[in-house]
Amino acid sequence: MTAELSGILAHVDRIGQMDLEGVEPTSHVVALENVWRQDEPVPSLPKEVALRSAPEPVDGAFRVPSPQADA
Amino acid sequence: MSELLGLTVAQAAAKIAAGEISPAEYFEAWRGAAAGDELNAYLCHVDGDAGYDVEDGPLKGVPVAVKDIFCTEGTATTAGSRILEGYTPPYTATAVKRLDAAGARVLGKTNMDEFAMGSSNENSAYGPVLNPWDRGRVPGGSSGGSAAAVAGGLAPCAIGTDTGGSIRQPASLCGIVGLKPTYGSISRYGMIAFASSLDQCGPLTRDVTDAALLLAALQGRDPCDSTSVGIDGGIVVPSAEDLTGLRFGVPTQLDGDSFDAGVRDVFQATLAKIEARGGEIAEVSLPSAEHGISAYYVLAPAEASSNLARYDGVRYGMRAGSDSDLLEMYETTRAEGFGAEVKRRIMLGTYALSSGYYEAYYGQAQKVRTRIAEDFATAFAGVDFVVTPTSPSVAFGLGEKTADPLSMYLNDFFTVPMSLAGIPAISIPAGLAAPEGGGAELPVGFQIAAPAFAEQRLLEAAHALEQEIGFEARPEGVDG
Repeated sequence: MTAELSGILAHVDRIGQMDLEGVEPTSHVVALENVWRQDEPVPSLPKEVALRSAPEPVDGAFRVPSPQADA
Repeated sequence: MSELLGLTVAQAAAKIAAGEISPAEYFEAWRGAAAGDELNAYLCHVDGDAGYDVEDGPLKGVPVAVKDIFCTEGTATTAGSRILEGYTPPYTATAVKRLDAAGARVLGKTNMDEFAMGSSNENSAYGPVLNPWDRGRVPGGSSGGSAAAVAGGLAPCAIGTDTGGSIRQPASLCGIVGLKPTYGSISRYGMIAFASSLDQCGPLTRDVTDAALLLAALQGRDPCDSTSVGIDGGIVVPSAEDLTGLRFGVPTQLDGDSFDAGVRDVFQATLAKIEARGGEIAEVSLPSAEHGISAYYVLAPAEASSNLARYDGVRYGMRAGSDSDLLEMYETTRAEGFGAEVKRRIMLGTYALSSGYYEAYYGQAQKVRTRIAEDFATAFAGVDFVVTPTSPSVAFGLGEKTADPLSMYLNDFFTVPMSLAGIPAISIPAGLAAPEGGGAELPVGFQIAAPAFAEQRLLEAAHALEQEIGFEARPEGVDG
């Protein structure tokens, strides 16, 4: 994979040669405006539904191995 | 039975509306056809016991093959990835809901390159899709299952997603119509994210009229997607027969060496057909478009590396590795869950975003994107449309390009610039050409791009040109 990534980066590096001084970057093509709405609570996904596809749901939560395994 | 399968969506919808055929009869015919899938186009089929109560609407009773990147409540959704094995979404994508509200029904979920990363459908964790024209060849990608299903007589129509060409290129390689609408015209809610600033849903159909029918149902503002805006005035079925007064720009940078001779011949012949219908061919300059692939393969992997961080074996999908070490669990889950191409892009993306390289790669690519959008804006000041071949070649052989990712990426040379500019583009079948290495003739697509939100004009022009081209070829054994 090292050789593949090097080949791709060599191709990509070509844009490094372009003179783009003063050009504005584009992160998004649609002109977006902020949209306001009332902060009213609406029903959200029920807990049991949100947990249904979890690999290891336990007591209404997602179980994970301890992050302090080495401690 | 085969009479029903030979109908276009528009024809079938008209017969259903007139009461000449029932939604159940039509759906059953297609369910039978889909069940005979020998192309690995489908990852799953819908349950036959679901009943036939459908909404009254313009697509009443129409079965749709849905790319497995769209979440469907209660139906497994994998995005072609092992890491989403076992995932059944708790909600349905807005695009699918809109089709449903128009009277359509999901026929099945179609195979795809993992997380929509690929141009051949060989990156699916569930095996490659075969091209219905030649089963030794790829259908294109990433919406390869959707394209093969429509071309192979396994679905009357389909939806897919296009980030850098993933609707247009497989449509081209399978000899059908594929439309990438303007970024923002269709909601992305419930569409599993690859590169959020580029991803866009669109139809894959037998003809331009059907593409318009699907787009009319799909497009619209969605409160669940802040980037969705819809199309002013909606979309109507196109009726244009001629191209008088319209100017079609051919990029001067189109280099004959960058695509096959057979593709070039069909492209030139199609330009003549535009003129035969009264259209005018002009030259336009897109000086930055040649850097599209370079910019795209910085921007899309960068966004993907961020979007795919959510797959960590905690909330959904598969989990592997240690039961006692969190970090080891993350690493093993991702190592076993992601395929090679996805890993490659995550690494490219994180590299491009890393401290010290950010400006040189990501920042520079964003500026190239600006340049490309400006190129199109300048071009559209003088012409109505920009036209190119959709793909540099006809369908290539399975395994032919898997060893060299860069050669695979270059398949998207003609489609990526429109994605970066966010503008709509359609691929329509324009003819047949023999592959470079010899063999039976295969479909060649013709790409037409228009300014943002000019979908109606684009569909009208594509419709008129479609009449002149009169593409009637079908893979062996496929009706209609």
